[in-house]
Formats: sequence, structure tokens, C-alpha cells
Amino acid sequence: MRRTATMAAAVALAGAGAGMARWLSSRRAADPGGDPREANRWLPVTVNRSPEEVMPEGRLPEPLVRLGDTVEVRVRKAPGGRGTELAARLLEPPPQGARGAVARISGDDPRQEVRRALREAKSLLETGEVLRPDEPSTNRPTATGKVLDLAIRRASGEGRL
Amino acid sequence: MKALCWQGVNELSVEEVPDPQILNAQDVIVKVRLTTTCGSDLHLLGGYIPAMRAGDVIGHEFIGEVVAVGSEVRRHKMGDRVVVCSFISCGRCWYCENDLWSLCDNGNTNPGIGQALFGYEPGGVFGYSHAMGGFKGSHAEYVRVPFADHGAFPVPEGVDDTSALFASDSAPTGWMGAHLGGVKPGDVVAVWGCGAVGQMAARAAMLLGAERVISIDRHPERLAMTERHVGAETIDYSATDVGAELRERTGGRGPDVCIEAVGMEAHDTGVQGVYDQVKQQLRLETDRPSAVREAIYACRKGGSVFVLGVFGGTVDKFPLGAMMNKGLTVRGAQQHGQRYIPMLLERMAKGELKTSHLATHLMPLDEAPKGYDLFKNKKDGCVRAVFHPGT
Repeated sequence: MRRTATMAAAVALAGAGAGMARWLSSRRAADPGGDPREANRWLPVTVNRSPEEVMPEGRLPEPLVRLGDTVEVRVRKAPGGRGTELAARLLEPPPQGARGAVARISGDDPRQEVRRALREAKSLLETGEVLRPDEPSTNRPTATGKVLDLAIRRASGEGRL
Repeated sequence: MKALCWQGVNELSVEEVPDPQILNAQDVIVKVRLTTTCGSDLHLLGGYIPAMRAGDVIGHEFIGEVVAVGSEVRRHKMGDRVVVCSFISCGRCWYCENDLWSLCDNGNTNPGIGQALFGYEPGGVFGYSHAMGGFKGSHAEYVRVPFADHGAFPVPEGVDDTSALFASDSAPTGWMGAHLGGVKPGDVVAVWGCGAVGQMAARAAMLLGAERVISIDRHPERLAMTERHVGAETIDYSATDVGAELRERTGGRGPDVCIEAVGMEAHDTGVQGVYDQVKQQLRLETDRPSAVREAIYACRKGGSVFVLGVFGGTVDKFPLGAMMNKGLTVRGAQQHGQRYIPMLLERMAKGELKTSHLATHLMPLDEAPKGYDLFKNKKDGCVRAVFHPGT
């Protein structure tokens, strides 16, 4: 039983490592000959509310408004009655390549803050609150747990958004 | 409070953990009256769902009593007896408003993990890994229920706890398979798996008008239970060729609708079963899809296959050619329970849907590790172990 568990943990750790590599390579650095938008794409969410509700009298929703001059924001009606497409893009391109990967792991990639703000704005507009995660219960430190802890800490600011 | 915690692969223990608190104004706290094992928990135990951390409280199918109410909760009050959908859904995003509740945009607090795994994240689930939000599960004395106005449902007086318990997950999951699988009056429906979800899918197919329902499993007690309590015909796949049997019973056409209620740890008697076991253990595929493969081959031309079993990653030898050339509709989903639970409770109250027979083993929460042993290893005819934390 113990050997099986150890092997499974090792395999899980290897899998987590592979997942981490895939996560870090999930956004390509700007290729000099490639699409220049790769370096700093618009990050969009669709909010199930009208454009007037999303930006009453032209005001940005919380907490997106707190990002101030660091982002530009685009709002347009979504097709088919799907609400409003709310997008933000950093005015200063985020770090790329190895520096970008380190920033993503350390939580210093400015896109993480933009994604978090977009998701929270959407949730506030749709539900009136941002769902808080349950606190960890008993926490037995394990090797796979440490990798997962890092992924959890970054999860609200990462993803394909 | 006491809670059943996942401690590692095949390691469960009952521990003292902090009581849950109201964290959002739309939360309630539920004192758990009954909570049950689910086949999908076995994937957590086996280490097939990677985003688990030692100390995580598991369990997602439960009934209880409201003991604390957040300031923005409108539909519940202290003392209400409620059954809670296993999926945490906001009720106001586009997916919830379109009855695709398990795809809720606002119920998963770790969207980055789900997006890395699946492209887009599913909603949150109680006690089902950090990919699904990392919420504490229901195998505990108390559980926090977010978005309670949309996920908790009052239980009618005439429905006992043991029956209503299964309106939390297995009954709506099964119903969804038959409903979204497109079962129509006169259809022949085949269901892979005679666990609780498979039995509920078979019963739902009947109530939606199927003329014949054929359930497939290998455990004699589950086959007998399905015949007796659901009224379906059965096939023991360990004793006969399922494809040949289905052709014979359907005039050579094949079933109109095939519902797979088995999931990523499917067993197979042939070479294919050994192949999948080896590949899964070596992590060359994450899931064993033998029941899905068989359903796709067996289904009639132009028919429908619905995947209810839980899958977490990638599979091998998926019969895409059969699916395409036979013009099949293949669909799957985690349960959109909020869509069905009130209707199912009404049917339980009217006696149309019986579920209490699924609770084969009732025991205190302290004995939950033993309950999972019975459930996982199909000992003593266990179909579902049900825990009562209160006493």
C-alpha cells in the first residue's frame, strides 16, 4: 500500500510538473516575425448584463476601475443576447520569455491582476458578490501539495482568459 | 467538527477540522443529516484526479438542516430541511440562466486550474478537488453552502431523508442523461452501469417514455437491484457479448439512446481492459473509457450517446470513426442539478421515483473509511454507503 501510494505521488508530481511546463508555455512570447498581439492581447470576459449596467454613465465597474491608467478597456454588446463583452489590455506590455515565466510563478505578472479584476467585476455585476474560497482545513505538507498550493494561489489570476 | 479527510492515495481519516463560517452574504451553513459516497469519489481516492491536497474534506451528495443564514439569503431560514445540489452555481450567469448549471461562470474559485485542464473551467463542486474550487465537502458535521438561494432546495414533508438525499446528485445526474440524451416515447435505451446514477438514468428513461430499458453491469446484486427496483432488463457483461445481446434484443438496430454511467475506471473483460489498465497505470492515458467505446459501437445509426461517467483527462482508442460515420450525437455533462431537483422531489413525493433502496449501508461518520472500503470494493453488496454525522 505504502509503495503504491509513493509511486502514485511520484507520478502525480511528474504530472504536475508537466502541467506546470504546459501552463508556463501557454502564452508564447512575441516572435519578431509573428503576430505582435501575442505580446499583449486583450483579456476579455462576457458579462450577462447590458452595456448600460456594466458601465453606468461610462464609469468602469469595480474593481477594474482601480487599475487606473495601467489598462485600456473596451466594452461592446455581445451577440445573441449574451450580455456585454468587457475587455482590458495592459498599456505596458508584460514581461516575456523567461522573465515572464518567473513573473507568472512569483505572482508578479501584471496580467494576473487584470484577469482577477475582470473576473471579480463580472461576478459582482452578475451576482453582487465575489465567491470566497473555503479556507484550507487540516493541511499536511506534501510534495504534491506544495505544487498545488502554488497553482491555487495563482488560479484566480491565471487561465486562458 | 468531525470530517472525513482525503490524506493521500487510498488514505482517508476522520479528523477534527474548523467549523465552516459564513464567508459570503449569500451563504448558508447546513448541519448535515445524511451524506453519501459517490462513484466519482473513487477517482479521488485512486489518485486519478490530481488537484487534491492532504486534509481536503470530501463528499458532495447530502441533505441537512439550515443552521446559519447569510444576510443576502432570501429563500431559506433557520431550521429548513434542504437537499443541496453538488454543484455550486450562481443562478445569474449566462450558463445558469440557460439551465447549464454545472458550467456556472462564478462558482469555481480556482478558474485558472480548470482552464489549464479543460480550456474553460466547470463550476464549483463540494469536496471534489481544487480544480473544482477546493470547497470543503459534505462528509462532515457542517458544510458551507454558497449561493444557497440557487443550490439548496426545501424537501417536501412526505419525502424522507434517505430518499431525498439522492436528489442531491445521483437522481438529477441520471435524469439529465436520459433527458439531454434525447430519450423519447418508444425508444430503446441502454444504460452502462447499475450504480446509483445508472439506476436513476434507467428509471428516468422509463419515466420519459422509453419502451425498453436495458441496464448493463457485472455485479449480480446490482443487476438484481436494477431489475427489482427500477424495472429494467439487464445484461451481465462478464457473461455475454454485450454488442450481440443488444443487437438481438433490438431487432438488429441497436439502442436509440446509450447512456454511459461508469466513468474513468471502467472495467473490461477482454484484452482491451488489460490494455487500458496498463496505459492508465503508466499515465499514458488518464482514463479508461471501455464503456464509452462499447456504447458508441452498440448505438444505432443516428442515435445518441450520453456520457454521465466522470472523466478527467485523455483517453486512447476513442472510436471517432464510428461516431462520425454512424452520425451519432455524443454529449456529456456534469449534472445541471438545479434544473431537475424540484421536479425530482415532487416525483419522489408522488411515489414515481424511488431511491431509498440505494442506501445499502447506513453508518456513523466515524466509520466512513470503512464505508468507502465497502463501497470501493463492492463488499457486502454495497451500492451506496450513507453516513450520518449527527449521532
